[in-house]
Amino acid sequence: MATLWFILVAFMLTMYVLLDGFDLGAGIIHLMAARTDQERRLILRAIGPVWDGNEVWIIAAGGTLFFTFPVLYASSFSGFYLPLCIVLWLLMWRGVSIELRSRVPSPVWASFWDGMFFLGSTLLAIFYGAALANVIRGVPLDEHGVFFEPLWTDFNPFSKTPGILDWYTILIGLMAASTLTMHGSAYIARKTDGVLNERARRILRISWPITILLTVVSTIATFAVQPQIYASFNARPWGAIFPLVAFIGLLGVGHFAFRNRDLAAFFSSCAFIAGMLASSAFGLYPDVLPAVNPAHSLTVDNASGSPYGLTVGLVWWLIGIVLAVIYFVFTYRLFWGKVTAKGEYGGY
Amino acid sequence: MDLSTILSRVQFAFTVGYHYIFPQITMGLAFLIVLLKTLYLIKKDERYNISARFWAKIFATSFVLGVVTGIPMEFQFGTNWARFSAYAGDIIAQTLAMEGAFAFFLESAFLGVFLFGEKVFGQRVHWLAAVMVWLGTWASGAFIVASNAWMQHPVGYTIAGNRLHISNYWEVLLNPWIFPQYLHTMSGAVITGAFIMAGLGAYYLLARSHVDYGRIFVTLGVIVGLIASVIQLYPSGDLEGQQVAKYQPAKLAAFEGLFHTEQGAGIVILGQPNTATGQLDNPLIVPKVLSFLTYRRWEAVVKGLDAFPPNQRPDSIELLYYSYHIMVGLGTFFIPIMGVACLLWLWKRRLFTTRWMLWILMLATPFPIIANTAGWFTTELGRQPWIIYGLLPTAQGSSANLSAGNVLFTLLGFAGMYLLLGLLYVVLSVTEALKGPESGEGEEAEVVEEGGLPGLATGTVAEG
Repeated sequence: MATLWFILVAFMLTMYVLLDGFDLGAGIIHLMAARTDQERRLILRAIGPVWDGNEVWIIAAGGTLFFTFPVLYASSFSGFYLPLCIVLWLLMWRGVSIELRSRVPSPVWASFWDGMFFLGSTLLAIFYGAALANVIRGVPLDEHGVFFEPLWTDFNPFSKTPGILDWYTILIGLMAASTLTMHGSAYIARKTDGVLNERARRILRISWPITILLTVVSTIATFAVQPQIYASFNARPWGAIFPLVAFIGLLGVGHFAFRNRDLAAFFSSCAFIAGMLASSAFGLYPDVLPAVNPAHSLTVDNASGSPYGLTVGLVWWLIGIVLAVIYFVFTYRLFWGKVTAKGEYGGY
Repeated sequence: MDLSTILSRVQFAFTVGYHYIFPQITMGLAFLIVLLKTLYLIKKDERYNISARFWAKIFATSFVLGVVTGIPMEFQFGTNWARFSAYAGDIIAQTLAMEGAFAFFLESAFLGVFLFGEKVFGQRVHWLAAVMVWLGTWASGAFIVASNAWMQHPVGYTIAGNRLHISNYWEVLLNPWIFPQYLHTMSGAVITGAFIMAGLGAYYLLARSHVDYGRIFVTLGVIVGLIASVIQLYPSGDLEGQQVAKYQPAKLAAFEGLFHTEQGAGIVILGQPNTATGQLDNPLIVPKVLSFLTYRRWEAVVKGLDAFPPNQRPDSIELLYYSYHIMVGLGTFFIPIMGVACLLWLWKRRLFTTRWMLWILMLATPFPIIANTAGWFTTELGRQPWIIYGLLPTAQGSSANLSAGNVLFTLLGFAGMYLLLGLLYVVLSVTEALKGPESGEGEEAEVVEEGGLPGLATGTVAEG
């Protein structure tokens, strides 16, 4: 049962990265792709009706993680105290910048929020990558399952007292930023016409080889930093399906990007991200939070909730998630298609 | 209690107190928007529809602030209250996660339809979207109240080693504590919404601008406001009081500043609790009323704080006492304010021209927010020294691995960020309110002529 929940929580987090990932990516390319006020409004319109719903996935995933793995939730959230609070501030500030940008008809006001939207999105992408890298690398858990990581110590991932940022986590952070740039530019290319569409496609074609390069480097680094990953794939070779999906996805992004098939490129990017996240989760299992001293690692068994709670939770979770998927299909269908200069989507 | 825990308490109180300004507005306005939209469908008077759209804008701004300030709340359970989360996460997180699954997805999806889909889907679906948004916001409130109710009155659990396990899901979901608290919280939110609506309407009438809408807002605001204010006192406030008396007698004693157990205890109108001398300074007390309200007998014995050992008493008696009295005092004033306004409205609509009453309505706008905030301080400070009543002391629920320096750093960060957010919210809401309901209606008409959403018609063939 705990294993099932491990998969379901990983699924929710993946959904979050796929969905909020494209609006984060839209924020990263915002200043480059859109130059005029009109173009910038178009980017906001392309994500305006959905970004808030996308963000609900992280709240829902957080809540689900809380009741399915209470010990993990307590340990990791308090241990990652500083970066989490910074992520919260960035999430808030970025959300506000989307909603408030067009409320005051002043170019200075708009430019300020454009800058904030870019900065918030970019830093979030890097921090999310670094967060994932921290979970992969492992944290200094003690025998009570408690740790606290400062923002940085000696920037060495093999340290006994690692910090949030070291060369490995920064590398993964940059890879995340590059991946979401690719993801977001494919989405914006698909949602827009004309000059905006051209610029988004150009960014897509540039970010693709950069992402390939960073993926190769960070994959090698990951095997060096966390030997458990190699052991997992060795023990359960069928798991190779996940990196394979990621690989095909990444090839697909380039294939479709150079043939101007924006939607196909976007879905390829989805496959790449989902494949990479699934590979990480598969590689870590049965750990949910590896420790520097492996004897103290949190696993699906010692960090999960009670069997009764997990069973009851599964019943309502399934109902809730079916409803959520229905809402999402409905909303995305409603706002399907290209955004245009006419103000049909309200105040962006 | 160490400094890190105290700072975590201050941070949680600050962030949740600040956050709750917005949900009470959205839960209250969502209900009123449904009423406006329904009145439009019944009366076919376009002004009701324009009003609904106007309040949807105010709602949307408040909703964004509610969402962004709400994200830290769930996270803080893990960041600052790790020992509590590990101890009780198996239970408390069920209701918190259900809020995400059942309320947030619903709200975010239908809010999009409500704000952007009126022209595409027509009036009936737009009405339905308004209803769904309302249900979503109120469902959200239900899950949060259920979570809080469990911390006030834990049920459906077994103790398994150093952790709690859920033993009965339905007991947790149907905790008897929920119903009175939910009713009290929701009617409190409706009061906030109604006072804001009536207050802005009163401003329009006093300023002689947007007078038609001023009348609609004042009328709806005072009628709904009176009903909700009465429900707030009776039955919901009364039920809550009885519940506290039965299960948390030390909390009740601190509410009332009752330091010594008394037969025929009186109710305090004014006075300052002096915990050093164990008495109330400058008291103004109506005798025997507290005994009657609590036990329905004038001569009943009410336990004072001296009936409980010091480590079982709430640890901020002064603040708790004032929070309770501010909540009850303001709540009591709301009834005559809305009552007189309703009478003036019934008396040949004199309300619209009675300037002193309009002034009162306008100036009363912020007070329900103060009363609601004081109400949450009352219930939460009163639960102390427990984080889970009777099971886990607050001092043992915080994250043991956080230094005071780190918590102070984030507390200052939240304070700075929320100050800026608050300024932005006030400026934008006031600007929107001054522009009035008809602003932006011209743009709407233009789009209607062009035939709605171009994206829908052409979007599916956009790929090449």
